[in-house]
Amino acid sequence: MTATTHDHAHHAAEATGFKRWLVTTNHKDIGSMYLLFSLAMFLVGGAMALVIRAELFQPGLQLVDPYFFNQMTTMHALVMIFGAVMPAFTGLANWMIPLMVGAPDMALPRMNNWSFWLLPFGFAVLLSTLFMPGGGPAGGWTMYPPLMLQTGTAFPFVIFAIHILGISSIMGSINVVATILNMRAPGMTLMKMPLFVWTWLITAYLMIAVMPVLAGAITMLLTDQYFGTTFFSAAGGGDPVLYQHIFWFFGHPEVYILILPAFGIVSTIIPAFARKPLFGYSSMVYATASIAFLSFIVWAHHMFTVGMPLAGQLFFMYATMLIAVPTGVKVFNWVATMWRGAMTFETPMLFALAFVFLFTIGGFSGLMLAIAPADYQYHDTYFVVAHFHYVLVTGAVFAILAAAYYWLPKWTGHMYSERLGKAHFWLSTISVNVLFFPQHFLGLAGMPRRIPDYSVQFADWNMISSIGGFAFGFSQLIFVWLLIKCIRGGEKAEARAWEGAEGLEWEVPSPAPHHTFDTPPVVR
Amino acid sequence: MAQAESGYYVPHGSNWPIIGSVGLTSLVIGIALYLEGMGLGLWVMGAGGALLIYMVWGWFADVIRESVGGLYSAQVDRSLRWGMIWFIFSEIMFFGAFFGALFYARFLSVPWLGGEDPATSRVLWDSALLAWPTAGPGNLGLDWKPMGPWPLPTINTLILLTSGVTLTVAHHALKENNRRRLITFMWMTIALGLAFICLQAYEYYEAYAHLNLRLDTGIYGSTFFMLTGFHGVHVLLGTIMLIVITLRCMKGHFEADSHFGYEATAWYWHFVDVVWLGLYVFVYIM
Ligand SMILES: [Cu+2]
Repeated sequence: MTATTHDHAHHAAEATGFKRWLVTTNHKDIGSMYLLFSLAMFLVGGAMALVIRAELFQPGLQLVDPYFFNQMTTMHALVMIFGAVMPAFTGLANWMIPLMVGAPDMALPRMNNWSFWLLPFGFAVLLSTLFMPGGGPAGGWTMYPPLMLQTGTAFPFVIFAIHILGISSIMGSINVVATILNMRAPGMTLMKMPLFVWTWLITAYLMIAVMPVLAGAITMLLTDQYFGTTFFSAAGGGDPVLYQHIFWFFGHPEVYILILPAFGIVSTIIPAFARKPLFGYSSMVYATASIAFLSFIVWAHHMFTVGMPLAGQLFFMYATMLIAVPTGVKVFNWVATMWRGAMTFETPMLFALAFVFLFTIGGFSGLMLAIAPADYQYHDTYFVVAHFHYVLVTGAVFAILAAAYYWLPKWTGHMYSERLGKAHFWLSTISVNVLFFPQHFLGLAGMPRRIPDYSVQFADWNMISSIGGFAFGFSQLIFVWLLIKCIRGGEKAEARAWEGAEGLEWEVPSPAPHHTFDTPPVVR
Repeated sequence: MAQAESGYYVPHGSNWPIIGSVGLTSLVIGIALYLEGMGLGLWVMGAGGALLIYMVWGWFADVIRESVGGLYSAQVDRSLRWGMIWFIFSEIMFFGAFFGALFYARFLSVPWLGGEDPATSRVLWDSALLAWPTAGPGNLGLDWKPMGPWPLPTINTLILLTSGVTLTVAHHALKENNRRRLITFMWMTIALGLAFICLQAYEYYEAYAHLNLRLDTGIYGSTFFMLTGFHGVHVLLGTIMLIVITLRCMKGHFEADSHFGYEATAWYWHFVDVVWLGLYVFVYIM
């Protein structure tokens, strides 16, 4: 094994201009496309969130039609989950996994291109449904029947768009697994892999396992709608609750798909800025694997109020609470890594620290929701909204931002503006808490989610939440500005951009050359 | 398939993925337009499908050319293996969703509707007579019969099991460089696959014509046709793969110790076989 062979016979020169991006098989090109696509979708989904927060600024109906409001809540979720967070992680995987394991590229480079390019097509179809007769999907991103079956013309387009996004995710994940299992440099044993690689391996496994299950569920929706099957109709002997079981069999592992790579990122960044090796590396690996295993046997905690035998309620309640154990191991390890470390607080570290604090808040509210009898009160209230936004925004999104700041010097060859980064961090962290923390109070007081109007006793906290929402939304423009500046120039970055950074990605120059590790490094 | 001396082969660019994206998107837009009764649906669908077939053809032609040209090292071979294994795993999970629906209906929703759960039967339907196989409380008067395991499904089981054997014989022949036996047993496998598809089609005809069992015959019809239908589509795909691989064998492709394309097809065929055994037991017999 010496050098990488390239296809000089058939494509003497690499394509240039826009075509380069259409046909590229380079993991760095594809990673960049994923990341930029994700940023674009983050802004689109964010704009939808602002429509929601604007309408909820005051009680009563002011700005949008209630039906359009419901389309916004549905689309906001689909765009953020499938368009922003998942592609961001896949982009990071594309860029960093080959660099971290010392591989010349992803294992299946052409399929890598296809995984990416299906995304813009899928989202073109999905977003176009907003302009169709009857509007876009409005029954929530979970698409429960029978409500989902009342969607207008958009219905089959939504289903197929999600099929396309699912195919993209499955192919992307197969590529990640094949890369990690087969492309590691000599000496890079499994238990020497950076944790970001480990968490992605397990994430990819989860995706390959559950995206097809989602495909099955929405295919049944499609045939129930057009071909007379009765999977979800009691009249035919089926059950609408069956859909919820199948959906959440996908849906719960999906939330770990959205957070496990974030764990990997935080486990990379905290040691770098604490200048200490990660505490409890192997326990981190085992905790990740345990979380992945448990994720398959907890799904019905989303359905406590739907009606379920008592034994089922108890099983799903205790299994869910069990997840707090491996998660607690992780939080303990992050804190122990910082113990007596020589810490500095550059922007990536700030976001990683905020992640540890704020994700844990989301974890605790999740524990509250796991208690079946208590969930009867919280279910479908703003408490749930607060819970999953703490884990997804201050969890997943903050980790992605931390990763972007951490690796931007490697990607662009320039240091970003630390002043703008810190401004972005503080404004985001303060506003996101103003945005979501009051939603706990609203939910505990009984305000239902997915409703454009509310009774007046909820007015104060909603107004505060909306102010936080707009502040958070516009704070992200600082990041966009910082990113443009960083791509166009700035202080030159060293190969090892951060003093305490460890790993093969810091052995190559910044910016990383187009082809790296054509000759695999030897890891000792 | 000569092995590359060294290095990991990374193609420098490919038009196929973007063609595939346009093709797949057009295909599904066409189907959606058709389902919603909007004009042009079938045309868009046809164009998308044609583009997708063109993409699969061209993409595989590239891969085969590179493979025969000796560009693939043992490491590339392992990547392809992992890719195929995880693809088959994703397919298993897809079938899992439909098997899950079947088990849920049989062991939970139908018994509940049938009176095991007093609240359901009192509030929703008074249908104490409901038991599997059923088309549901809304179709109680409907005259239809379920599909038993005898004779067609049993014959089909034997056909598929035999095809697994003939394929294995062919594989051993390939390893022993016995081309004539390889090709003979490959065509036997294909013939068995085609026989399965024909019998399955005939079974559907029987269901519609004589048993009054249809896709819309409640939960029984839904699970029966969706499970066997998706399986049938996979058999069709597997048979096409077998035909392509056999034609390649006849062109002299593959070597005794290096034939991943062949093995991937064989894995796929065995996967289709195993899914059928699940169907035979849980859909037809039980
Ligand atoms: Cu869950």
